[in-house]
Amino acid sequence: MNLQDIIVEAEGGQQMLLNMGPQHPSTHGVIRFLVKADGEVISEAIPVVGYLHRGIEKIAESMPYAGFIPFTDRVDYLAAMFCNHAFVTAVEKLLGLEVPRRAEYLRVIADEMNRIASHLIAVGSMAMDIGAYTPFLHGIREREIINDLTEMLCGGRLTYNYMRIGGVSRDLPDGFLKRLKGFLDRFDPGFINEFNRLIGGNEILVRRCAHVATIGADEAMDMGLAGPNLRASGVSWDLRRDMPYSCYPDLEFDVPVGRGFRGSLGDSYDRFMVRILEMSQSARLLRQAIEKLPDGDIQAKAPRKIKPPAGESYGAVESARGELGFYLVSDGGETPLRLKIRTGSFSAMWAIHRKSAGCMLADLVVLLASADIVAPEIDR
Amino acid sequence: MNVYAQTLMEWLKVPEAYLVYVRIGVFFVYALVALTFGALFAGVTSWYERRVAARMQSRIGPNRVGPQGILQWLCDGVKCFLKEDLVPKEADRPLFRLAPYPVFIGIVSTFVVLPFSATVVGSDLNVGLVYLIAITALVVAGILMAGWSSNSKWTLLGGVRSAAQMVSYEIPLALSLLVVVVPAGTLSLQGLIRFQGGAPWNWLVFQSPMTFVAFFLFFTSALAEGNRTPFDLPEAESELVAGYNTEYSGLRFLFFFFAEWMNLYVIGAIVTAVFLGGWRIPGVAWQRQAGSPLLELVGFALYLAKSLVVVNVIIWLRWTLPRLRIDQLMKMCWKYFVPIGMVSIVLSMLFTALVTAVPLLGRITSIGLLVLGGLIGAALLRRTAYAFSSFPDKPYFKWMV
Repeated sequence: MNLQDIIVEAEGGQQMLLNMGPQHPSTHGVIRFLVKADGEVISEAIPVVGYLHRGIEKIAESMPYAGFIPFTDRVDYLAAMFCNHAFVTAVEKLLGLEVPRRAEYLRVIADEMNRIASHLIAVGSMAMDIGAYTPFLHGIREREIINDLTEMLCGGRLTYNYMRIGGVSRDLPDGFLKRLKGFLDRFDPGFINEFNRLIGGNEILVRRCAHVATIGADEAMDMGLAGPNLRASGVSWDLRRDMPYSCYPDLEFDVPVGRGFRGSLGDSYDRFMVRILEMSQSARLLRQAIEKLPDGDIQAKAPRKIKPPAGESYGAVESARGELGFYLVSDGGETPLRLKIRTGSFSAMWAIHRKSAGCMLADLVVLLASADIVAPEIDR
Repeated sequence: MNVYAQTLMEWLKVPEAYLVYVRIGVFFVYALVALTFGALFAGVTSWYERRVAARMQSRIGPNRVGPQGILQWLCDGVKCFLKEDLVPKEADRPLFRLAPYPVFIGIVSTFVVLPFSATVVGSDLNVGLVYLIAITALVVAGILMAGWSSNSKWTLLGGVRSAAQMVSYEIPLALSLLVVVVPAGTLSLQGLIRFQGGAPWNWLVFQSPMTFVAFFLFFTSALAEGNRTPFDLPEAESELVAGYNTEYSGLRFLFFFFAEWMNLYVIGAIVTAVFLGGWRIPGVAWQRQAGSPLLELVGFALYLAKSLVVVNVIIWLRWTLPRLRIDQLMKMCWKYFVPIGMVSIVLSMLFTALVTAVPLLGRITSIGLLVLGGLIGAALLRRTAYAFSSFPDKPYFKWMV
């Protein structure tokens, strides 16, 4: 359907066609929605994706495998570590490479730190979209500490380029674990409690989120939702537990699922709460990983020029936004023949389209924030 | 101000025939003083609010211009003066240009009846409260004009939201004021203040259980009327970009924000005058206060201090609470606030009759309510104490620098 048809349809039906985005404060990046609304009540919000398309998948076809790792950082700027991890996993599967234990642990530490950082932004910006500014900045404050830690670890605060095919780029610097422990002591339960007291249990926030854009379990699976959005609908599916990778089988953790905490199962408040609970689980994982961190190499003996045999592989990790999969096809050359990235935000867009009908304008903002979409991840 | 005009006439030995001109002159000077006060207050509050917000959010806030950044608002004002006065191409030009003025006039005109101290008041209208409610309704007209004339769908939504909200909340606002008018028996703001005493148990808020309820009713409705969080739907950034003032720039934009911050003082001043004893000094009769300049000054300081406390609470609320949805807002007004207001008026009448018969009852109620108010305040402080005490950043920020 082209734009002209949409305008004619909306205005013929006595509706207002609102153009939300690409520069709207609550779309968090360049996403555009065509909102058909009758006053405040929305009848349809059509997502228009592609404003941030950079052709990352196509770029991969002309890049050597190792040289493509910095590009994966740009897939999801709030959780770049997962993109690193998924890509190197896919390549390692192609090569049949065994990664040293210590490297696996370092990857998990980096991943979980990044998950906390990403969820902090998610819940904080959700509170901000509902009108409370302060929780967002408290989240940013904590994220800043994580950023400092990752800066120590790999020199990057946003785009990390930390992982390498067969390992990681650097070992832990001196004093890193002490700082990380200090952060965890402050964060869980201290900060999480404070955050919940400030906003998580706030009656206005609960009323704005509960029963808003409820997605049932079956519906969520039909829409292809992943990650926290899927778990909030009551489906206990977590790649870390159900398709174990890296060193996750060694570590103990729970997978929080939505239970209709204050409203119905799978509503926006469940999506909000599941992320908060996941942050606490990530802290638990980090504590165990610090405890169990083995000695040894951080890099497997990978060939200098990576030329995997012809074949296909799919490397998937549980990103902060759900299953993040890199599907690689190799023809035996120095560059991939084809790369396809499967991201959680893209499937969430469909959920937003489906669930926006009947919402109020303010609810659409809540739905958008609760789905935790990140614009570059949608468009790649 | 008529008193001052009279005094001036006698002092200058002007013939009686020129009374009108002297009065006009005195009123003109007073208007300038009041406007300057409002402008200063609005400016400094804009800085103060940003500093408080920054403090709450672990930031520093504006601290570059002047000591602690206290002159930041001057810079912002100058910046707005120098900006181009943009009118969108498709906008309704005359309406667009006119819109900021009703908003500004609506707020500034409240200074006609808002007292500063025992005799310093523009005009002690005997229908002061009615005038207040009527004149602030001008703001709705301005906001609706701005929303409509910008010819943008987002501003239109903001304008319509604001009109619905402000018209609705005017009703509980008026009702809650009427609850207070019943025991006091006057609509004049000065009369209400004279009716109260300086000591807290003589304040109207603790006069009867109904006035206690009316205090909260009024405070909440005033927040909604002034578009403050949690009722800032007309300018909800995350939903409506910036609401009704999206298309404005430069001085016209400044007018909207001027009005908003001045409105903070207006809310604080009305709450103080009507519920919290206004300029009354504990233990001093109001007749004595009206005579001496020193006591007038002390009264003004007290009045300002109380207003500032209220303004501070409003700022805290703004940076703590999320915002309601439009249907929840309407539901709250029509399903809860309006009935509570109605019932309160009736009960207030009964209670006033009862107290007239048994004066001791009034005294006991006041003390009881004062204790209750204290307990509520203590409970709130206890719930928020963690924010002051257990902030675990001490060992942490050392290496973050």
